[in-house]
Amino acid sequence: MTTIVSNTDLKEKFSKAFEEAQGLKSQLHKEAFDAFQNMGLPGTKTEEYRFTPIARLLEKNFNLDEIEPVPSGINSVKDFLIPDLDATVLVFLNGFFSETLSSSINNIDGLKISKLESALASGEAADYFQKLLKPSDDPFTALNSAFWQDGIFIHVPPHTKVEKPILILHINDVVDRQSIAHTRLLLVVGEGSELTLIEKSNSTGDHSIFHTFAEEIAVKENATLNYIKIQNDDGKLHQVANSLIHQSAQSILNTFTLTLSGALIRNNFNIAIDGEFCESHFHGLYLLNGSTLADNHTVVDHLKPNSHSNELYKGVLDGNSKGIFNGKIFVRPHAQKTNAFQSNRNILLTDTATINTKPQLEIWADDVKCSHGCTTGQLDEEALFYLRSRGIPLENAKAMLLYAFAAETLEVIKKTELKNYLDQRISDRLAKF
Amino acid sequence: MLIVENLKARIGEKEILNGINLRVNAGEVHAIMGPNGSGKSTLASVLAGREEYEVTGGQVLFDDKNLLDLAPDIRACEGIFLAFQYPVEIPGVSTVNFMKTALNKIRAHRGQPALDAVAFLQLMKEKMKLVEIDQSLLSRSLNEGFSGGEKKRNEIFQMAMIEPKLSILDETDSGLDIDALRIVANGVNKLRTKNNATIVVTHYQRLLEYIVPDFVHVLYKGRIVKSGGKELALELESKGYDWIKNEMATA
Amino acid sequence: MAKDNQVLEEFTSKDYEHGWAVNLETEESPKGLNEEIIRFISSKKQEPLWLLEWRLKAFQHWQKMEEPKWSNVTYPKINYQDIIYYSAPKQKVKPSNLSEVDPELIKTFEKLGISLTEQKRLTGVAVDAVIDSVSVATTFKDKLKELGIIFCSFSEAVREHPELVKKYLGSVVPMNDNYFAALNSAVFSDGSFCYIPKGVRCPMELSTYFRINAANTGQFERTLIVADESSYVSYLEGCTAPMRDENQLHAAVVELYAMDDAEIKYSTVQNWYPGDKNGKGGIYNFVTKRGLCFGDHSKISWTQVETGSAITWKYPSCVLKGDYSMGEFYSVAVTNNFQQADTGTKMIHIGKNTRSRIVSKGISAGKSQNSYRGQVRIMKRAVNSRNFSQCDSLLMGDQCGAHTFPYIDVENNTSKVEHEATTSKIGEDQIFYCLQRGIDEEAAVALIVNGYAKEVLNQLPMEFAVEAQKLLALTLEGSVG
Repeated sequence: MTTIVSNTDLKEKFSKAFEEAQGLKSQLHKEAFDAFQNMGLPGTKTEEYRFTPIARLLEKNFNLDEIEPVPSGINSVKDFLIPDLDATVLVFLNGFFSETLSSSINNIDGLKISKLESALASGEAADYFQKLLKPSDDPFTALNSAFWQDGIFIHVPPHTKVEKPILILHINDVVDRQSIAHTRLLLVVGEGSELTLIEKSNSTGDHSIFHTFAEEIAVKENATLNYIKIQNDDGKLHQVANSLIHQSAQSILNTFTLTLSGALIRNNFNIAIDGEFCESHFHGLYLLNGSTLADNHTVVDHLKPNSHSNELYKGVLDGNSKGIFNGKIFVRPHAQKTNAFQSNRNILLTDTATINTKPQLEIWADDVKCSHGCTTGQLDEEALFYLRSRGIPLENAKAMLLYAFAAETLEVIKKTELKNYLDQRISDRLAKF
Repeated sequence: MLIVENLKARIGEKEILNGINLRVNAGEVHAIMGPNGSGKSTLASVLAGREEYEVTGGQVLFDDKNLLDLAPDIRACEGIFLAFQYPVEIPGVSTVNFMKTALNKIRAHRGQPALDAVAFLQLMKEKMKLVEIDQSLLSRSLNEGFSGGEKKRNEIFQMAMIEPKLSILDETDSGLDIDALRIVANGVNKLRTKNNATIVVTHYQRLLEYIVPDFVHVLYKGRIVKSGGKELALELESKGYDWIKNEMATA
Repeated sequence: MAKDNQVLEEFTSKDYEHGWAVNLETEESPKGLNEEIIRFISSKKQEPLWLLEWRLKAFQHWQKMEEPKWSNVTYPKINYQDIIYYSAPKQKVKPSNLSEVDPELIKTFEKLGISLTEQKRLTGVAVDAVIDSVSVATTFKDKLKELGIIFCSFSEAVREHPELVKKYLGSVVPMNDNYFAALNSAVFSDGSFCYIPKGVRCPMELSTYFRINAANTGQFERTLIVADESSYVSYLEGCTAPMRDENQLHAAVVELYAMDDAEIKYSTVQNWYPGDKNGKGGIYNFVTKRGLCFGDHSKISWTQVETGSAITWKYPSCVLKGDYSMGEFYSVAVTNNFQQADTGTKMIHIGKNTRSRIVSKGISAGKSQNSYRGQVRIMKRAVNSRNFSQCDSLLMGDQCGAHTFPYIDVENNTSKVEHEATTSKIGEDQIFYCLQRGIDEEAAVALIVNGYAKEVLNQLPMEFAVEAQKLLALTLEGSVG
């Protein structure tokens, strides 16, 4: 990877911050920081970041050497919850786990939930930590691995069907000043178990936020995971999330990522299908306006035969927004009888919105069915006319068609309360276009 | 012409044919009937040489040659024709081009000279009438976008072109409406001579009203459990396959 | 299946048909690359000063550039000082007509199936033959001249039509466009030049046949085609090389320039020596091809059948500058054994209401790697533009790879871009169907592959379509998936 650090200043600031930070003295932290120093921040010459000028934005918008935890006066999360959804709620405030705002984490449905640090100390998390995401994989994984201070470890024991979804709220309170946070998630869904996990990020205040995530998720044999991300930060969030889901044989994965706002949202979302007869439904929807930049880089890596993956990412872009989609499908040698489908569809609503998309197939096995499709265009004029000729005003007709376009991605959501909520969020947003 | 002796075959671990005995002479029409899963289509596929099926016992003689030793294309050249239950679509390959290649390969095998374009087109025109198939269909990609009926008619058209010794019609009636069925059956009947033979594999008696068999065999659990004349088909139709199943259970 | 392996085995032992070399007496430059060599080439060709300066400038650029690393191909480092940059069949006097051309040369082309004797030649195709570095013969020149069409070797064009060459050379592919284009600009030795005047429809196919013959040489030819307003030309390009154990470099540049309402159709059947079944030898085919639809309503269409070369690195592209201009790219790329192909196109939409269409069919067999790499870029100004891309890959055997890297960048909201790609193998049921009708396995594969590639093959002029079909069948004989 060719990387450039936009200037040595930037590198020095991270160095200074690392040296001064408390609690980052472990060997793993240090190794990760070395890895980061080796890679540097990606510039726009870096293939994987060519449309996402993150180094420049970090330099412009942040005091990078200022990393002390940002205090927050928030004492209720009521406004951030999903209405009618009975969930176990875990709250992170400016990157730190808040026990007072979270549900009690002891003995829920036989689940094991603990702060990552204590799970590492007790040895429970050691088998999984930094095994799926290695610092050298991506500069921001390295950065996160060097600077992370808090995170959560969730372990679903084998043969446990967790009825109540877990809702993780990432709240950034930047009313007083900027926030820089690095959060980790480590999730193990045991053999034959089932879990629904929702991660929702929100922010309040006008200062800038830089938030990285490193999320390692193992879905064991015959397990099912429903994983939903709702990215709905107002204003100035700069976020890079590295997520890797490792699927074992016969596991089922349903994911949905909804991106609605933020300054720069980069999702590096990888799925490793490392067992036979797995199913992966990999959906995403980005509805962007203003000058939001949303960059979804996805990988579906078929390592074993006989699995099925289906990726569907859709986007509607308004205002000066910028959408980037990069989807890689790998079918490794011997991963015969793989079915892998990928589709990326975009609608541009204004002349100032742009989309850069690169769907990519790399196939080394011959007995496979793989395809990808990608379109960029506008609403179907004929459909629009048909609706209008039936007396529907243009604005409503547009919203109806956009909704129909977007709602297809919701098919992976099973839980009614959640589906209703997402549906409402999508409709609200589309009504504003 | 065809002698099948104690033929056994399986796919994967599953035994499907458990000892088939069958003798077909020139000029005869045999119907093979049986409930779903009895092995009818497997028998047709094994005779044509599909590689997914493993022959585990018995032998098949076709004009005194050991059929099971021959590659599928050589079997075709020797005179075996399988009208597929589900003819495959091959994009970009026109039926005309396909048929010309096939016919000339078979002619070469028979020691006949290749047909030139004019002779081929003439022959094609003549045979097209037989199955009432439209020329436009033949210039399209092989079976691509054809309706079920069109695919089946195309199979019989090809049979007419190739003039095989032994035709095996695998569920040719499935998915056909009554008019298409009549056209297909007429085609088959017109191609009958005292020198060739036909095996009709079917679930229903319906087709046999149009293609009248000399012999009817009932296949059940991979064996021919009953043989008779055309009246056996009618008896099956009125009594249903349960009749056979019950009889087998009590036997 | 054991049987497939056996057939594959047979196929991989198949010989390259054009692998012979002839004993032509040649005149060569010393090995290596420096300003002296460039001066040598330029003086050999008695070039005007401006062209020498242009070459030297390109060389300066090249020295500062890095060999591109982004493509999906691997090869040992090329030693640019170990290549002979100029090699010409030696002839005592410059031939004034074909009867004076070295009979060995004529024989070479007869062997390739290309007759240079006009009366024997199919009417409808004019040929420029380039061997190693130099154009040796151009046919039907006089007939074309009557219509005002200029079709000659590049060197001749520099002598006879310097104003045209000066105006258009580097106007589509600048000398510093990329590493290999810069190298070509510095050392190109010959090639073809073609100019179609206003309103003229070229009545015959124009064709260049390239042949690398000498050992240790690189071939660096340049083709420049200018189609003036409302003109039309169809151009064919073919190529072969002898079997040699070492790799040989071919770095060509093709520039097409279409003015208002003009149309250029450029077809290639690329059959350079691909190396042996163990991956030894073969041509490195690093080529820059680009067309500029400069005028409104102009059209450029690329069709390529790529079966040869050890490594192919080429992206025939269209810059759609004129309003309502149109670009097309039709490609079949077949790789086998250890061949690597990284090929595709760029469609850059700049003008309003521009259209482009991409149809790419990749076929990989053996241990080969076959990549489609393409970019569709719709600039803000290019309102109401359309692109449709279809990129299919066919895999034969489980040791090869198929890769698709499309870049799609859209900057306005009135344009539509659609991209579809599939990867599959030849269906066993398709092969069985053919077998059941008496068609043997080899013929069945050829039939199915030709059907698969039909959309592209249909774009080729008749003279080439037959050759291309045979070539596909030959290249893939026996490689059953």
